[in-house]
Amino acid sequence: MADKPTWKEYPMAATIHEPGSATGQNTGDWRSERPVRDPEKCDKCGICWIYCPDAALFMNEEGFYEVDLYHCKGCGICARECAKGAISMVEESE
Amino acid sequence: MGTRIGLEVSLAVSEAVKLARADAVAAYPITPQTHIVEELAQMVADGDLDAEFIMVESEHSAMSACCGTAAVGARTFTATSSQGLALMHEMLFIASGLRFPIVMAIANRALSAPLSIWGDQSDVMAERDAGWIQMFAETGQEAFDLTLCCFKIAEDKRVLLPTGINIDGFTLSHVVEPLEMESQEDVDEWLPTYEPQVILDPAKPVTIGPVGFPEIYTEIKKQQDMALRGSYDVVLEVWKSFEEKFGRAYKPIESYRADDAEVIINLIGAIAGTARIAVDRMRDEGKKVGLVRTRLWRPYPFEDMRKAVAGAKAVAVVDRALSFGGPGGPIASELRSCLYPLEKKPAVVGFIAGLGGRDVTIEDFYTIVAQTEEALESGYTDEYKMIGVRE
Repeated sequence: MADKPTWKEYPMAATIHEPGSATGQNTGDWRSERPVRDPEKCDKCGICWIYCPDAALFMNEEGFYEVDLYHCKGCGICARECAKGAISMVEESE
Repeated sequence: MGTRIGLEVSLAVSEAVKLARADAVAAYPITPQTHIVEELAQMVADGDLDAEFIMVESEHSAMSACCGTAAVGARTFTATSSQGLALMHEMLFIASGLRFPIVMAIANRALSAPLSIWGDQSDVMAERDAGWIQMFAETGQEAFDLTLCCFKIAEDKRVLLPTGINIDGFTLSHVVEPLEMESQEDVDEWLPTYEPQVILDPAKPVTIGPVGFPEIYTEIKKQQDMALRGSYDVVLEVWKSFEEKFGRAYKPIESYRADDAEVIINLIGAIAGTARIAVDRMRDEGKKVGLVRTRLWRPYPFEDMRKAVAGAKAVAVVDRALSFGGPGGPIASELRSCLYPLEKKPAVVGFIAGLGGRDVTIEDFYTIVAQTEEALESGYTDEYKMIGVRE
C-alpha cells in the first residue's frame, strides 16, 4: 500500500473528476460463469445487449453481439432473456 | 445594531435562515416538526424568501433531498426533532461523508418509547458520531446568531461539513424571548454567497459518492475526521468575525463563576439559565460553585474543557440523555475521556436529569452539588446518579 495516495492526496470525499473512469475497473474477475453464444442460433436481435445491466455487450463487425469479458460479471441475464436460447452460461475454469 | 424585538425562538431561527438567503429547504412538515419550517414555508409562499421549499414524506427523504440540493450547490437548510432526527440517521452519515454543508436546526426532544413529545437531548446524542459539527444554544439570541454562523462555518472551503444548531425542545424552541434582530444589509455584508467547490453539473461531470474500496475507505474517513477536527479553528474565526460585526461574542465553552470553584457544574443547553441562578445562590451562601456550559459539542473542545475545570475538585455533569448500560450520560463520559490523560484532574460525577421534559429546578442543582460533595468524601462507584427519580 506504500505507493498508494495518502489521505491528503485523495479528492475530497473520494469524488471522481474523470467521467467514465469505471471502465478501467476489471469487474470481470468477479465472474463464476461466462456467457457463450451459439452463432448458429443467434439472429442478431440485440435483446442481450438491451438487457445487459453492465453494458458489457458490444456489436462486432459482423453484427453479432459479443461479450466484453473485462466487465461482464456473469449475471446470466442475457442467457435468460435470449429469445433463441443462443446463450449458455459456462463455468469459468481456474 | 439590530432591532430589539420579542420573538418565538423557532421563528428567530427561521428569520436567520431567511437572512442567510437559503436556496433550498427540504422538510417533513408535521410532527415532530417545529414552527421553524412552518414559518419558512410561509416565507417562501409569501415571496419573502426566494428558495425552493421541498415538502417530503419523511425525514429520511428530507435529508436525502437536502443532500441533493447541496450537491447542486444550493445553500440548504432543514429542521427536525426527536423521531424525525432518528429517521434521518442513515442520511446524516451520507451528508457528512459527502461533505455537504447542510445546516440543520434540531429542537432536542426525547425519543420514544414510551411515547414522549417533550424535551431532552436523547435525539442528538444518539447521532453524536454522525460526523456533523454540533453546537447548542442557550437563548433565543444565541439560536439566531449561531444559525447564521452555521452557514459560514459549514460552507468554509476548509470545512465543508454539515452543521447542526441545537435548541432545547419547548423550553427554548417554543418560548418567546427578546432578541436583537439583524438587518438584511448587515447579514449580506457579513455572510458571503455560498461558493460550492464541487457540484453536479452536466457540463463538467463528476461522480459524487463512489464506492470506497477497502484500499481507500480508511483514507477518506481520516480525511473526514481531520476536516471535522480542523473545523475548530474556523468555528473560532467565524465567531470572532461575528463578534466584530454584530457585537456578540461566542466561545466553545461558557464559564460562569468557575475560576476558583471547587465544584463545577458542566452541562449543555438551556438549563444553564437555571444552573446560573443556583450557582449565584450557592455562592451567596459561601459555597465555591461554578458553571461550565459546553456550546461546541463537535468538534469537542478538549483543551478548553481541560483548562476550564482544571482547578476544581469535582465536575458535576448533568446529562439530559442516558447511555443505557454504559457510562451514564454522553457529556459525562466525554469529559472523563477528555480529562483521563491529565495527571491531576477533578473527579467527574455524572448525573442524569430532565429526561422527557421533566423540569430541572434550582433545588435539583442544590441536590447535584450536595451529592457531588458526598461523592468526593466517600468515594463513588456508580456510573451516574439520577436526579428526582422515585425509588
